[in-house]
Parts: sequence; structure tokens; C-alpha cells
Amino acid sequence: MKALVWHGKQDIRYDTVPDPEIEHGRDAIIKVTACAICGSDLHLFHNVIPAMKPGDIVGHETMGEVVEVGADNKKLKVGDRIVVPFNIFCGDCWQCKRGNYSLCEESNRNAALQEKAFGHRTGGLFGYTQLTGGYPGGQAEYLRVPFADTSHIRAPSGFTDEQLLFLSDILPTGWQAAVQCDIQPDDTVANWGCGPVGQMAIRSAILLGARQVIAIDYLPERLSMAAAAGAITINFQEESVLDRLNELTDGKGPEKCIDSVGMEAHGFNAFGTFYDRAKQMSLGESDRPNVLREMVYVCRPGGILSVDGVYGGLIDKFPMGIFMNKGLTMKTGQTHVKRWTDDLLRIIEDGLLDPSFVITHEAPLAEGPKMYRVFEKKQDNCIKVVLKP
Amino acid sequence: MEPSYLPTTGSMTPALRAARLLGWFSLGLGAAELIAPGRIARALGMEGRETLLRAYGAREVLAGVGALSMEPTPHIWGRVAGDAVDLATLYLVPRDADNEQQGNVRTATAVVAGIAVVDLLVAAALTQERGRTKADGSADYSDRSGFPKAPALMRGAAAGAPPPDFRNDPSRNIEHADEVRTASDVQ
Repeated sequence: MKALVWHGKQDIRYDTVPDPEIEHGRDAIIKVTACAICGSDLHLFHNVIPAMKPGDIVGHETMGEVVEVGADNKKLKVGDRIVVPFNIFCGDCWQCKRGNYSLCEESNRNAALQEKAFGHRTGGLFGYTQLTGGYPGGQAEYLRVPFADTSHIRAPSGFTDEQLLFLSDILPTGWQAAVQCDIQPDDTVANWGCGPVGQMAIRSAILLGARQVIAIDYLPERLSMAAAAGAITINFQEESVLDRLNELTDGKGPEKCIDSVGMEAHGFNAFGTFYDRAKQMSLGESDRPNVLREMVYVCRPGGILSVDGVYGGLIDKFPMGIFMNKGLTMKTGQTHVKRWTDDLLRIIEDGLLDPSFVITHEAPLAEGPKMYRVFEKKQDNCIKVVLKP
Repeated sequence: MEPSYLPTTGSMTPALRAARLLGWFSLGLGAAELIAPGRIARALGMEGRETLLRAYGAREVLAGVGALSMEPTPHIWGRVAGDAVDLATLYLVPRDADNEQQGNVRTATAVVAGIAVVDLLVAAALTQERGRTKADGSADYSDRSGFPKAPALMRGAAAGAPPPDFRNDPSRNIEHADEVRTASDVQ
């Protein structure tokens, strides 16, 4: 089959690879009908998350039609149309029983490697480094889905792939970020980063009843999409985030702050940036802490910081004194996709949200390598790419 | 007719690949200048200028690290500037050196000039393909709310659905500890 394969930094190729096979009775194999490039795929593209191996198939936002099922998989049959959560989980372990699907204790087949790096194991992920299992990803013609009997999201009829595909990742990720904020009717929610996940977080915050939602970015096209959902926008290259947030909150600061940016934050704030760049160049710091530092500083005391952007390693000079003395809470984590998808499917079916609004580019899978570059460079007003095998 | 997307098989462009090679070359040359400036100085009739050669070595190493980074373009332009400095330095080598050294200087000048041309071509190509153009950022997505109604009418439309509490879901058979364990229970 054909698939997008990681060969090194900024080197993704459209290669021929072996077809997947059933390896376990609970597996299923799907013929991929749609997949997407995620912002976190760019972290792999940039080789800033460790433990990718040349030859790894990338992609973790995928849906398709079941073409083969394992002998023990009684929940699926050939022809079923499913969306695949980006995390692989067993459904039976201590974490899964508590709904912490991204922390599944059984699905990471490279758990020993991860335990050395993280102290403990977390769940397996599709197409997302050897640390999380080294599972082949879904930017491919076919995908083996481990534990498919429990992990799948059944696609209702009457909806297009474009409307359902983002149940695999960005929609529940934005939703979880907003839910973690415990949004109250008088809350201001500020969201840093208006990429695809940020767009979903903004809409989730509105659906969950925030009084006002503020969207922070520097790309006009992304800010216009955020404004479409009713967010008040701040272009951090044109105005002071701190001043504007204070103006919008009577000097109190937003009660809830969402980091939908993660480890590759842009932005330039005087000395800190030079210091970080120097440390990053000397390999003393792997992730960019701009957004986290800013959130700690601007958040209203007693507020919540919710981090749905991906971090991979080390940051420096986290303002712990401010964080502690302001009594802030930080909630993080890879998204427990299946925990939220029943609610989100209902929201889509009830017509409250059509997630396909975020798609700006569709292309054949074969054009995936080029689309990685378009997405990376934010060319052609690109916000979200869907690929069709 | 061949499908139009067939040539697009990889994300690495020739210019990016060339930048990587130049980056490694920079690191190698820089290391040589840092480690053995005396030998280079003798070969080129530049005795006494070892410190200058070390500085050039440090410059090469920095350029190499930059050329291997995610955004090599400014660093390859930096190499072009460095090539100009190198050529000027070679031009100013004292003419009283012996014949062998004169030959080495001519060879080095030719090599640096050749590399300068390569650097220039790669820098120009990278500039051509990098980043956003003026047209980017011009799209207005203000009609893409995803909501069926005005955003103000959607506020709180999904509020009230409490996050699922799996710990109290009997179907999950979560075993709760029924004994308190203290230090005396742990040996």
C-alpha cells in the first residue's frame, strides 16, 4: 500500500510499504477514506519530539471502512464505517476504566522504553514515535486498529467524512481543553493559538457557556476564523496581549487560559526569547515556553490553565513563584478521545457544530509531502489539510 | 496522462537537501579551523593569524548549526557573506609567501569562489520557496463559524452536560480499596 513515511527532519515521503495485517483477535483493518495532517504531526516533521525512526508511517487523524476484523472482535464487521481515536487503548485496564484512555496501561508496546524516559508508561498512539508504541499511522491507504472492538467511533450515516473525521483528535482535544477549564457563565476564556485545535477549543468554550472568548494569534486568516465563532481577537504582533486582556477584563485577567500552541510557540518578547534561543541551540531546552509563561502572568488569580498544545521535553524558567502565589491550577494531557466522543457526536448530530468549517485544503494522499510543507509554512492561507487516499 | 501529483513524492526540496550538505560542510570546515589553525595558516602563508582562523572556524560552526536547523535560509545567506569575507582575506594574504603557498592560496581562492556560487544559488532557491507570500494572510474565513446560528445564540448550547464520571459507573467494575494501608503494612 501507499503511505506517508517519516525519513528524517522535514523529510516525509509517499512510499510503498507492506499492507497491515491482523495481529490480534481484537484488531480491525480499515481502508482509509480520509485522514488529516495535525499540528502535532509538524512536531514530528520538525523532529522535535524524540524517538521517531526512519520508516515510521505518520498520521493519527483517520477514518475509514472496515475491511477485515480479528476473530475476537464481535463489535465490528466488514463494511462498517468508523472514526479512529488517535490513542490506542484496551478499555479494560485501571486507567481505561477511569476514562483516562490516553494513559492506557496495556497498549504501549514500547512501554519499557517510555518508562525509562517518563517514569511511567502512557498509552499507545498511532504514528507518533517509538515512545508511544511505534504503531504505524493513519496517513496511509490502510490502517491496522488495535483494540478496535472497544476503541472505534461508529460513524452515523448522513454525515460526510469531513464532518466526522475530527472526532479522531482535534475536536475532542479542543473540547477537553475547554472542559478542563470548568467554564462558568461569567468566565473569560483566553485561547492562545488559532490553529485547528485552537479553533475547536474556542467553539467548545462558547458552547460550554463562556461569557467571552479571546483568541490570540498572529496570522490574519486564523484570527478571522476565530472571530467567525464570536471570539474577540488579539494579534500579538500588533498589540500587547497583556494590555488588551486587561482592557477586556477590567484589569482582572482571564479566569481561564488555554494553551493550544505547545512546544513550538512563536512570538518575540525581548530578552526571554534571546535567552531561550541560546539555550535551545545548545540543546539545554527543547520546548518554547513563551505561551506558558504569558498565561501564568496574565491569568486571574485562582484561575485555570488548560494545556492542549503538545510539549515534548524541557522548558526553562517556568515562573513557579507566580503560578503558586496566584493559586493557579494547570490541567494537561493527551486527549482521552473516547471519553468525549459520545457527547461530541451528539453535538454534531444535533447540528450544534459542523467541524468541517476548519478544512481549508483537501488533496490526494500522494500530495501529502507537499501539503506538509504548505501547512508548515502556513502558505496559501492553510489551516487544516485533509488527505484522501 | 500522468496524474499531476506524481512528482510530489517527498517533502525535501533539492534546495533543502543542499542546505543540509552545506551545513555539514560548514561544521567540518569550522572544526578544522578551530582544531588546526596553525597548519592552515602555514599552508596559506598566514602565520601569526591563527586567532583570526579560529574566529572563522567559530563562524563556520555557527553557520553549520543554522543551516541544519528548521529554517536554514538566513544561515545560508550568512554563509554567502562569510564566503565574501574569506575571499577578501585570501586576497590580502602577503605576496611574499613562497611559491607553494602562493599556489595553495590560488587553489583556496578558487574553491571558496566555487562554494560561494553554490551558497548563493542555494540561498536564492531557499528564499524563493520559503514561507508565506503576500497573498497568504489575505483569506477571510469570517464565514466559517461551524455554528448553525450566530455565535451569540450558541453560547452555552452544550453547557449542562457534566463531564462523565467514570469512577462511579458500576458497569466499569472499578475495584475500590477497602483497607487502609499504613507504614507497618509495608516491609
